[in-house]
Amino acid sequence: MGEIRFMKGNEALAEAAIRAGMQGYFGYPITPQSEVIEYLAAEQPNHDYTLLQAESEVASINMLYGGAAAGARVMTTTSSPGYSLMQEGVSYIACAELPCVVANIARGGPGLGTIQPGQGDYFQAVKGGGHGDYRQIVLAPNSVQEMVDHTVLAFELADKYRTPVLILSDGAIGQMMEKVELPEPIPYKPVKPWATTGKTKDRERNYITSLYIQSADMEKKNIHLQKKFKEIEENEVRFEEYMTDDAELIITAYGVTSRTSKKIVDLAREAGIKMGLLRPVTVWPFPSGRISELAESGRVKAFFSIEMSAGQMVEDVRLAVNGRKPTFFYGRTGGVIPTPEEVLAFVSKRVAEL
Amino acid sequence: MREGYEVIYQKPKTLTDNRMHYCPGCIHGIMHKIFMEVIEEMDLQDKTVGVCPVGCSVFAYDYMDVDMQEAAHGRAAAVATAVKRMLPDRIVFSYQGDGDLAAIGTGETIHACNRGENFLFIFINNGIYGMTGGQMAPTTLSEQKTTTSPFGRDKKSTGSPLKMTEMVSQLEGVAFAARVSGNTPANVRKAKRTFRKAIEIQQLGLGTQFVEVVSNCPSGWKCSPVESMNWIVEQSIPYYPLGVFKEPGK
Repeated sequence: MGEIRFMKGNEALAEAAIRAGMQGYFGYPITPQSEVIEYLAAEQPNHDYTLLQAESEVASINMLYGGAAAGARVMTTTSSPGYSLMQEGVSYIACAELPCVVANIARGGPGLGTIQPGQGDYFQAVKGGGHGDYRQIVLAPNSVQEMVDHTVLAFELADKYRTPVLILSDGAIGQMMEKVELPEPIPYKPVKPWATTGKTKDRERNYITSLYIQSADMEKKNIHLQKKFKEIEENEVRFEEYMTDDAELIITAYGVTSRTSKKIVDLAREAGIKMGLLRPVTVWPFPSGRISELAESGRVKAFFSIEMSAGQMVEDVRLAVNGRKPTFFYGRTGGVIPTPEEVLAFVSKRVAEL
Repeated sequence: MREGYEVIYQKPKTLTDNRMHYCPGCIHGIMHKIFMEVIEEMDLQDKTVGVCPVGCSVFAYDYMDVDMQEAAHGRAAAVATAVKRMLPDRIVFSYQGDGDLAAIGTGETIHACNRGENFLFIFINNGIYGMTGGQMAPTTLSEQKTTTSPFGRDKKSTGSPLKMTEMVSQLEGVAFAARVSGNTPANVRKAKRTFRKAIEIQQLGLGTQFVEVVSNCPSGWKCSPVESMNWIVEQSIPYYPLGVFKEPGK
C-alpha cells in the first residue's frame, strides 16, 4: 500500500511527476492549474529536478523540446488558452519524436473564456491542434487518483513511443480534493541513445529536427509516424465500463462528466431504465472498437454523448457507431457542469421518441 | 599526399564533409568554420550541443559535427535554455539570424539574457530575411531596399534598425556582449578570438554570452560578394559598431 494523502488534483499531478522521475519542469502560470508549478516550486529543495517559470507558454513548450531532446524526462502544464499557444511546439515535438508530458487543465472557452472547467478543447487535443499530420496520446483522468496514475503512465508512454503525451483534465478535477494513494518513487535512468548530449568518439553526431525539405524524405517521415500512430491505436486504447452488460442505452462521457454520468446511470437504473456508461480513459486512441461492438449488439438502442462542450466527442462516437444506432448529444458550455437530473430528463425525452 | 607536399591548412575535424548550401560570398560559411575551429582547438566536440532555428542556418546540423537541435522559428533561446539547464556541464550555443533572434524570437532572447542563461548566442545579423528571399528585417538599415521595402525602409512606419547587442548588454544576466564581423581576414581572426573568449566565460559559468556578427547577404542585397563586403564597411559597421560592449570584471 502506497502513501495515502488528501490532495488537490493539480498537486497530486505534481507529486506524481516528482515520483515518476521528472527531471525538468517548464511552465507559465494560468488558472486553474497554477498549483502545479507552485507545488513543484515549494517541493524543489527536497528533490533535484530543474524548475523554470518561463516567460510564456510558447517558451515553455520549446523548453520541453530542448529538454526532451537533451534526453531528460520533462513536463509542462497549462490551461486552455495556454495550450493553444503551445500548438506549434507540440507539432514540432511530435515530428521530432520527443518524449514529454503536457497537461491541459482545461477551462471553458473559446477566447479568454472562463476559469471554470470545460471540455471544449477535445478537438484540439485529439485531432492535432497544431499543423500537419500528427497524433498524440491523450489521457483523460476523472479523479484525483487518476491525476496521479495518468501522470506516471504518461511518462512511460512518452518514452515508449517517443511521443508527446497529453493529460486532458479539467478545472474540476484539477481543483477538487480527494484521497489518493501515491506510488513509490521510480528510480528513473533514461536510456536515450538518440539524445543530443554531446557527440562522443564512439558515435556519429545526433541531431533532432522536424525539417525534411525534400518531399520524398518528408513523406517517408510521415509514413513512419503514421505507422507509429497505428501501433499506438492497436495497443493503447483504454476505457472503463459501468453497467453496460445488459444496457440498452449507452452513455459516453470522459473526465468530470463521466462522474456525473455514473450518477445518471444509477438514477436511470432506479427508474427501471437499463443504462450503462462507457468512459474513454484514452480519448486518443479512442475506444472506437468497443463502441462499434456495442452498436452491433441487438440489445443497445441508442448512444448519448454527455459533454461540457457544444458537441465534440460525439463526432467520434458517431464515427464508431457508423449510423447503426441513433446517437444523441447533450452538453453544457461556459463552465456549467450538467446535472444528472437534467441529463436524465433529456435522455427520457429522446427515448420516448425512439 | 603527393611526395614533396605537406598539409599546411585544412578544415577542422568538427566540420562535416557535406557541401554547404550557402550562397557564394556568404559569411555563414566563414563563421561555421571558425566557430568549429574553436570547438576543435578547445577539445569540446564531445561536450557541445548546438541549436539552430529557422533561417538560412537551419541546416547547420548538416555541417557542424556536434550534437545539434533544430528549433522552431524564434525559439532557439528557449530550447537552448532547457538544454543547458538539463546538461549544465555541456557547452551550449544557439546560432540564429536576425529575423529569428530580433523579430519573432525577441521575447525569448531578452528573457534568456535576463535570466543569465549560461549559453552562447551567435547572432548572425545580415539585416535581411535571406532564406525567404530578401524581405525586410528589424535590423534592415534605414532607406535600405528589400522586397518588402522596395522604396527603402521608412523609419516613420517601420521603426529604426534594432541594436540587439547594445540592448542585451544592459541586462544584468549578460556576462559578455560583443559585435564582430567576417568581412576582412583581420575581422575573421578577431571573431574567432571572440568566440573563444565567450566559450571560456561559459566554462566559468559567469552568465549569458552574446556575440553578434555583422554579416552579409549578396543574394538578398542583390549585389556581388565584393560589393556586399564594401556595404558592410560603408553602411553596416557605421550603424552597428564593432567591439566588446560588456565583459566580466569591466
